Amino acid sequence: MGIVRTKELVYEYIRRDEEGNVEGITTAVDHVDLDVAQGEFIAILGHNGSGKSTLAKHINAILNPTEGTVWVDGMDTSEEDKLWDIRQTAGMVFQNPDNQIIGQVVEEDVGFGPENMGIPTKEIWERVEESLKAVGMYEYRKYSPNKLSGGQKQRVSIAGVLAMHPKCIVLDEPTAMLDPSGRKEVIRAVRGLNQVEGVTVILITHYMEEIIHADRVFVMDEGKIAMEGTPREIFSQVEKLKNLRLDVPQVTLLAYELQKKGIPLPKGILTTKELADALMGVK
Amino acid sequence: MLRDITLGQYYQTDSVIHRLDPRVKLAGTLLYIISLFFFKNFIAYLIAIVFLATVIKLSHVPFRFMVKGMKAIVFLLLITVVFNLFLTPGEALVTCWKLTITKEGVEMAVTMAVRLTMLIIGSSIMTLTTTPNNLTDGMEKGLRPLKLFHVPVHEVAMMMSIALRFIPILMEETDKIMKAQIARGADFESGNLIRRARAMVPLLVPLFISAFRRANDLAMAMEARCYRGGDGRTKMKPLIYQKRDRIAYLCILLYLVVSIGVGRILL
Repeated sequence: MGIVRTKELVYEYIRRDEEGNVEGITTAVDHVDLDVAQGEFIAILGHNGSGKSTLAKHINAILNPTEGTVWVDGMDTSEEDKLWDIRQTAGMVFQNPDNQIIGQVVEEDVGFGPENMGIPTKEIWERVEESLKAVGMYEYRKYSPNKLSGGQKQRVSIAGVLAMHPKCIVLDEPTAMLDPSGRKEVIRAVRGLNQVEGVTVILITHYMEEIIHADRVFVMDEGKIAMEGTPREIFSQVEKLKNLRLDVPQVTLLAYELQKKGIPLPKGILTTKELADALMGVK
Repeated sequence: MLRDITLGQYYQTDSVIHRLDPRVKLAGTLLYIISLFFFKNFIAYLIAIVFLATVIKLSHVPFRFMVKGMKAIVFLLLITVVFNLFLTPGEALVTCWKLTITKEGVEMAVTMAVRLTMLIIGSSIMTLTTTPNNLTDGMEKGLRPLKLFHVPVHEVAMMMSIALRFIPILMEETDKIMKAQIARGADFESGNLIRRARAMVPLLVPLFISAFRRANDLAMAMEARCYRGGDGRTKMKPLIYQKRDRIAYLCILLYLVVSIGVGRILL
């Protein structure tokens, strides 16, 4: 069994009126089966309201399933007494960098998780050092978080999770509030964790460019998994993605349009270089 | 601009006083303040002034920096002096219309002025030499015995440090909302006091909503990082008494004994 697994997962938001009567039920996650192996880089894609964030919150046991089960490293997330082990195994990074930094100094914030876990002082310092180095923020350890850029703050948040030595990190739209350069720096840090440290990454996003390096991609729509496959497989279905209200990277779109006009190009082109090479080959 | 505002006015430099354990400074300040109200004669005050001067010298904080902090409370000081001067009953010195200045009144006014000035300078040494962070840590650990009486010491300290962390963020946000409202024609500057207070409503409502949203997010992020209150928590920067802290305690004790003792004996 993989590190994260869901079976028939259903989550319903219940809206109530002022008297507490049920007004309506919104099914945010609708029968989702997911199986993530240790060390994989998974991307979950979807437009706003597709249920991807709700799904993410289940992996960290912030939400409990209405129906179905979620296992994290073999532990059922609805078991109350496993709660802290689960949160230690699957760390979570949220969207807004300002609202998840607790410490007033970078190093103190990174130490917050290990402090909560009751790690001895000496080891906390070791963990803080290695985590900050892993995301390339070690030089900033004495800074106040308020003086950092968005991308830097988000890297500090990632280090904060990393210091808890999780097997899996769930990133819930970590780049949504960042500028393009901040986005790049965060994604680079995340890829580094996955490749160098072997941490399982579940990246939730609606930016197509960010999923190119993923091992597997899930596209969500109205709480269901609408598409599943490698980035190349996903991107070769341009029409379907458009129907799901998702933008395709420019290069892929260009290749698709050229194909439609009769130029023989391979399907699912992801990078500029690939397209350039393919075009060079066209006679 | 707004983002550089710090609470308390920490003066960044390196000195013995800066390096002292915050608990020593908290306890010392408290004892010093109490001692000021025990004094009955001027020799005791002299000892207190010498003590204070020594601490100031050791702290490497320029004296004018402390006086700057005094400006804000000059008004308060004046009121205290005036009230004491005119309202203390006793042997009349000068009578002018209905107001009488008494001998006791003059004595009282002078002692009060001296006491308050020394109190404020004394406590400002603490805030000038301790980072807010350090101070909350010190309070958490120093007040731990209160836990026996079900005082949520850790929670209060955590709230204080989170509040400190969010002050600059909320300041920035206020600035942003203000500009947004000004852009839509809101007027924060003209009119009388009531009008201006009412003009603040469109500023405060969005600010509160956003503060609640942030609090919600932060609570979730803290839980996701295994926060579950103070029990079983270790410290990244634990407070451990050093040799200098013990010496400092001794000095404070010595000061107390000498100043209060001298005051009593000579009386």
